[in-house]
Amino acid sequence: MSDKDTNQKPFEPRIVAFFCNWCTYTAADLAGTARMTYAPNVRVIRVMCSGRLDPQFILTALRQGADGVLIGGCHPGDCHYQEGNYKALRRFTLLKRLLREMGIEDERVQLEWIAASEGDKVQKVINRITEDVRRLGPLHLEPEALDRATEALLPDQTPAVAEGGAL
Amino acid sequence: MSKPKVAFYWCASCGGCEEAVVDLAEDILKVVGAVDIVFWPVALDFKREDVEAMADNSLAVAFINGAIRSSEQHEMVELLRRKAGLVVAFGSCAHLGGIPGLANTFRRADLIDEAYHKSLSVTDGNGTEPLEKTEVPEGTLTLPKLWDTVKTLDQVIKVDYYLPGCPPPVNLINGAIGSILKNELPPPGSVLAPDMALCEECERRATKPDKMAQREFLRPHQIKADPEKCLLAQGLLCLGPVTRKGCGAACVKGNMPCTGCMGPTSHVVDFGTKALTAMASLVDSNDDREIAAILDQIADPVGTFYRYSLPASLLHRSYQPEHAKGEK
Ligand code: SF4
Ligand code: SF4
Repeated sequence: MSDKDTNQKPFEPRIVAFFCNWCTYTAADLAGTARMTYAPNVRVIRVMCSGRLDPQFILTALRQGADGVLIGGCHPGDCHYQEGNYKALRRFTLLKRLLREMGIEDERVQLEWIAASEGDKVQKVINRITEDVRRLGPLHLEPEALDRATEALLPDQTPAVAEGGAL
Repeated sequence: MSKPKVAFYWCASCGGCEEAVVDLAEDILKVVGAVDIVFWPVALDFKREDVEAMADNSLAVAFINGAIRSSEQHEMVELLRRKAGLVVAFGSCAHLGGIPGLANTFRRADLIDEAYHKSLSVTDGNGTEPLEKTEVPEGTLTLPKLWDTVKTLDQVIKVDYYLPGCPPPVNLINGAIGSILKNELPPPGSVLAPDMALCEECERRATKPDKMAQREFLRPHQIKADPEKCLLAQGLLCLGPVTRKGCGAACVKGNMPCTGCMGPTSHVVDFGTKALTAMASLVDSNDDREIAAILDQIADPVGTFYRYSLPASLLHRSYQPEHAKGEK
């Protein structure tokens, strides 16, 4: 169904990045104006604060075809809203344990503090997560893939069951 | 005019939902007076052939409890779907996957291995496993196939309404039956319970601090909880802030924290991560190591936060890279 299912083409990771408006997104802008090149695998979504990041967004990205998720926020102490990045850190810490229990490899979901002036760090972090995820290979979580996986184990089953209202 | 026909059926369930119907007590007589129960394997001796013989759409409503995890359950719910005008997912397992849904942290092969070989109670050790087909002199014997992934009812057939809870509270069952009989139903797809969080109806709500700062997360056996104060403020993982109300805070009244059986309100897709967010936000520290140490007191995040809803979660089951490979 998607490009990552074809065996011929080399695997190109798809990574969704949630960057906070005040630090990391500005840094990504800076990297852009400074013409720094980095892996083209990342789709950036701007959020007002890393503390706005509902873990449901992360799982939705993975569910809808991302192979990895990068979260970028201001360094501790630098949050535009004082506390947002600490909230993000608390959630992220527990979410990582949950994801580990669910079999999702650590490198697929990463959190980095990147200040507005750190364009070079944006470059470095994006290149690193792209390589990490490339090494892990594609994450097959599309609803279809999941049902095909079930079906593959059930050769005598009639059509794959439809995904319900869970989304 | 003949009475509306009703069916009750169970799939991967513990029997508690059947018990909840019996818990209607005298009210069950009103139900029996108003409808014809034409299929209810736990209580009445009708068979699958009897359902097959019914005309399509001839049942007013089928109440189906339990999660779906075998070929037989799949066939039965498809059959009931054809015969019934309305299908109600009854209880947490049919609604969100429920406790059986926690099997989605394992693979089928592991489950079979544990149940038929590794478990301490297996003593004969002759390596027998259930087979779908077995040849005997009299012919071929068959068994249903156990699925690798436990599903919610609405991942398998179209569901019209949901009665949440483990099991659904009696007042909600009564209310649902009443609104079906009077034909006063909310829009299709609705959960037949109030769309508000449990804290809203909890008697301890006044003692819930506006801003909580937790340095300790406790399990019920580690504390003698104050029977009046908010359980969350005492360090117990009470999921009341993210769970749909409608149960009358039954567990909290028993001095036990809410474990989330009623599922989320309509504003939430993934109950587990929402519950996780609510609990992580309480942590009273800004230091990464300290935060980790405090949160490490929460044993088994998946079992705690997705206790009733893993199959309905965004991930549905634990990730098994070998599935992805095998599927090609
Ligand atoms: S957190 Fe639990 S104990 Fe506290 S008010 Fe909410 S439901 Fe009641
Ligand atoms: S308090 Fe929570 S776990 Fe207990 S019955 Fe109500 S919703 Fe279910």
